[in-house]
Amino acid sequence: MIDIEKEAARVAEQGESAPRLARDPVNLPMINNWLEAIGDQHPGYTEVAPPAMVQVWTMGGLHGQRALDDPLGAMMKILDEAGFTSVVATNSDQTYHRYLKIGEHVSVTSTLEDVTGPKKTALGEGWFVTTRSTWYVGDEAVAEMRFRVLKFRPAEKQEPKPEPRQAQAIRPSINRDTEYFWEGCRNQELRIQRCGGCGLLRHPPGPMCPECGATKPKYLVSDGRGVVYSYVVHHHPQVPGKQTPFVIALVELDEGVRMLGELDGEPSIGLPVEVVFTKVDDELTMPSWRPRADR
Amino acid sequence: MNAAIVGVGATDFSKNSGRSELQLAAEAVRAALADAGLEPSDVDGLVSFTMDTNAEIAVARELGIPELTFFSRVHYGGGAACATVQQAAMAVETGAAKVVVCYRAFNERSGHRFGQVQTAAAVNIDNSWSYPMGLGTPAAMVAMFARRYMHEYGATSEDFGRIAVIDRKHAATNPHAWFHNRPITLDDHQASRWIAEPLRLLDCCQETDGGVALVVTSAERARELPQKPAHINAATQGSGVDQFTMTSYYRDDLTRLPEMGVVARGLWEKSGIGPSDVDVAVLYDHFTPFVLVQLEELGFCGRGEAKDFVASGALELDGDLPLNPHGGQLGEAYLHGMNGIAEAVRQVRGTAVNQIADVEHVLVTAGTGVPTSGLVLGAS
Repeated sequence: MIDIEKEAARVAEQGESAPRLARDPVNLPMINNWLEAIGDQHPGYTEVAPPAMVQVWTMGGLHGQRALDDPLGAMMKILDEAGFTSVVATNSDQTYHRYLKIGEHVSVTSTLEDVTGPKKTALGEGWFVTTRSTWYVGDEAVAEMRFRVLKFRPAEKQEPKPEPRQAQAIRPSINRDTEYFWEGCRNQELRIQRCGGCGLLRHPPGPMCPECGATKPKYLVSDGRGVVYSYVVHHHPQVPGKQTPFVIALVELDEGVRMLGELDGEPSIGLPVEVVFTKVDDELTMPSWRPRADR
Repeated sequence: MNAAIVGVGATDFSKNSGRSELQLAAEAVRAALADAGLEPSDVDGLVSFTMDTNAEIAVARELGIPELTFFSRVHYGGGAACATVQQAAMAVETGAAKVVVCYRAFNERSGHRFGQVQTAAAVNIDNSWSYPMGLGTPAAMVAMFARRYMHEYGATSEDFGRIAVIDRKHAATNPHAWFHNRPITLDDHQASRWIAEPLRLLDCCQETDGGVALVVTSAERARELPQKPAHINAATQGSGVDQFTMTSYYRDDLTRLPEMGVVARGLWEKSGIGPSDVDVAVLYDHFTPFVLVQLEELGFCGRGEAKDFVASGALELDGDLPLNPHGGQLGEAYLHGMNGIAEAVRQVRGTAVNQIADVEHVLVTAGTGVPTSGLVLGAS
């Protein structure tokens, strides 16, 4: 076992790291690039650099390596070895003592200020590491920064990521026999097929009445009220256009036929529900259920 | 019927076969013919499922089967399983063919998975009353029946779980089973995640890559062949009133499987036996609740009594009605019911890994929730 607090104390005792000189002096081309990248259109940065650029001057570049006495690097290594292998920056506070002028050459030093932990976080157990950096021109301190990272052990089993919701819900096929139903939904009407011959109510519908053989289906407009006859709470797998878990209820309408639809509410068999219409687009409106307020 | 299953063959059962579905079909058919002591040139009939991607002519080409005089397909997913044997037996009896091979092969795990939402299936008008509403998987469709069954008969998730425990127990001693040596407890079942309440993960069968084939010929021809024949005492199909595929929700009673009732009546009538004569039951078990309903439809117990029948231990290997000695589709493999028929043949032959003593009659059922089929295979 690595004693992290003891190791941290050892690193902190080393105090301020040796000054590390910036690769280039403060210069106009870098200032212009930075302004462009940030989207800062202030016209005043022709003689001095934006203060928030201070960290830029001493960045290591693409192939930079931390100095051996850099306390943050040392602390990262210790925590890596202790199994806290992941890192996320949490906050950074900067203080600017004055503007940096073009041509000035800054250097930076770092101190380990604080290591606290272990803390349980949403990401996993980890240690907060705080360093203080100071930028100098010569012996003059021009800016300071307190920088904090969380160095953590990734949770053994990450919470399952919510599966991406597919935008496109499954659409019904609609033909000559079923068009009346979907047309009804577009008009906020829940229609039930009624035989033009014998009056039999039927859902799902069909072109020929199984009772009397008539092929003149008509419909009535349901009150859209009924009770839950059975239901499913769907968890897996993902269903296009739906956010799991969700409820699908088989509702027995007051008129006597059963119909499926999503139920927005706590399900139970016998629950009184009523129809709700949700417009998907100009062609499609979907019926679904919600618990009745008067139940 | 004057026909028998004289050969069975299968590929390995895996989660990633690494070969085409046609290769799996060809391997299974070749293995079944070898088991039967027949050559590809003896085959003149092929039967499969309409869902199978392997055309009869493609299988014939791979096997070098020169001519076919009978080829047929059966609809409705797993409901087709026993009906492929019925087709073959009818072809043999009518003289349409002399040797018919039934096959089913797929990469159901590594390729097209039936347990996912079948967006393409929504083009079917019937499915437009369920899929767009979010009911788009077989598990969810069965769960709708299961919830109502629980409500009416007081069955619980544990009652469903006991089926999974039995299947996995039997699979544990079957070296060909995916879940060989991996039994589960009822606690494991109860701890498994929800798929579609009230169904948990362990209520749902596995997904499998593989192939199974069965060779059918006349009883006379069977006598000249090396294996003890599994006689087809009865083979029937069944579709019930107001039948839909997986979503027959508009009937008076949601706690039954009337299509399996049709199959049951046909099987008992044609075979001349009844439920008490069944030595082994190979019941389709894609989802546990429908095993309970099947026990009731087939007459092994009364309506709503399956939970007590199951809890009594009747389905154990030493019980009154040993269930799925190979481990079923929950334990051995999901081959759309065809591996269950192969197990029934082995039980009749006396060569199964979990062999039941003195088997005279084996009952096999096909997919539930869909128009379905069944078989009674006999030693004579």
